[in-house]
Amino acid sequence: MEFLNRYGEEILQRSGQHLFLVVTAISIAILIGIPLGILITRKPKLSRPVLGFANAVQTMPSLAIFGFLIPVPLIGGIGARTAIVALILYSLLPIIRNTYIGIMGVDPAVREAGKGMGMTDRQLLVQVEIPLALGVILGGVRLATVIGVGLATIAAAIGAGGLGEFIFRGVAVVDSQLILAGAIPAAIMALTADFFLGWIERRLTVKK
Amino acid sequence: MQSTSKAIAVEFHNVTYQLGQRPLVLNLNFKIEAGETLVLLGRSGCGKTTTLRLINRLLTPTIGDVQVEGVSTREWNPIQLRRQIGYVIQEVGLFPHFTIERNIGVVPSLQNWEPSRIQKRVVELLELVGLEPDRFADRYPHQLSGGQRQRVGVARALAADPPILLMDEPFGALDPITRVELQQEFRQLQQRLGKTIVFVTHDIQEAFTLGSRIGLMQAGELVVLATPEEFKRSTHPEAQAFLRARGEWNS
Repeated sequence: MEFLNRYGEEILQRSGQHLFLVVTAISIAILIGIPLGILITRKPKLSRPVLGFANAVQTMPSLAIFGFLIPVPLIGGIGARTAIVALILYSLLPIIRNTYIGIMGVDPAVREAGKGMGMTDRQLLVQVEIPLALGVILGGVRLATVIGVGLATIAAAIGAGGLGEFIFRGVAVVDSQLILAGAIPAAIMALTADFFLGWIERRLTVKK
Repeated sequence: MQSTSKAIAVEFHNVTYQLGQRPLVLNLNFKIEAGETLVLLGRSGCGKTTTLRLINRLLTPTIGDVQVEGVSTREWNPIQLRRQIGYVIQEVGLFPHFTIERNIGVVPSLQNWEPSRIQKRVVELLELVGLEPDRFADRYPHQLSGGQRQRVGVARALAADPPILLMDEPFGALDPITRVELQQEFRQLQQRLGKTIVFVTHDIQEAFTLGSRIGLMQAGELVVLATPEEFKRSTHPEAQAFLRARGEWNS
């Protein structure tokens, strides 16, 4: 109780920062990732390099990515901007991949019928492929968000704030209460996002 | 065009289609008259479906020319061409996220018909294919049986009243009883509508039931093109093989 009195306000403030980092990063990742995922369904030659790049980013240790970005001009430096860029890079893979898989997974007979009836590629995409792939695409967004909430705790290491502040501080002074002050709200945030996006996902998934 | 013969709906001139080095159809030359039902018969992989897809330019010939209503498919705008040709496939390919009504109305709405006109047309078509509009219009494809779905597939292909209908083993995935039912109904529909129909099947019984002419394909070539009566007398080994299979099936 005493702990909450002392840290309650900061927990709220850090949660706000945390949420800001994640929401900004995911929104931008959606704006980049979904069009890119659609593009590579149209230009199969690009699918390998694009997915390969997104994959490569994902295999790098997350702390290293945050570190690497600091010296990069324009997007780098200390603070939220760098953290958001790192989070975007991490979120791209699930979003691009699920968009690609979702659209490629549309029943070939449905695509054949649409084409055969005289739909243009754009009509096929907008009226058929995207609506049918929406559940899978949103699954990617959900995954990216849940991972992003966890990863954003590392943002504190490069001075971007967020719930990671508590965790790093807690680790430094060996205070598990302080670590939990960061970890518990982050976990709640991740679970809430997972539940909420999962609900939308189920509603948007089309029955076959 | 010669005035003595009937109008030609589709014409193949020396058509070869190659995938890589491998020809899927080879040197096809034939005409399809307006209003006839040409059944393309043959074993799996003989090039029937390829031939069909060359008509609505889902494929473009490697060599030669396919003409639809006297114009090469290369010169047609493929989108316009396909909207004038109904297309029914075995898997039906209904849009699972659209109601039956919207599925049938796809081509009319692509052509910007008034919603009220589309709705009227959908009711008309559902009745035509033997589905009660009140019961089916608002359902989704997954709520229908295979036979009902294929009825919707046929209705959808007829929606914008295209002069030509391409059907790729439309009844192939149905149980034998439903298949025969749909064949019979389709035969009546055919006589009422007078469309030019190109119908692909590997079922010789179906070919005899529906075809005004039968085109037998083997390894990418059209080896026999004849009326059902002539076909029965054909001495071509592949035709005989099909006739034998039918004989055994009947006995």
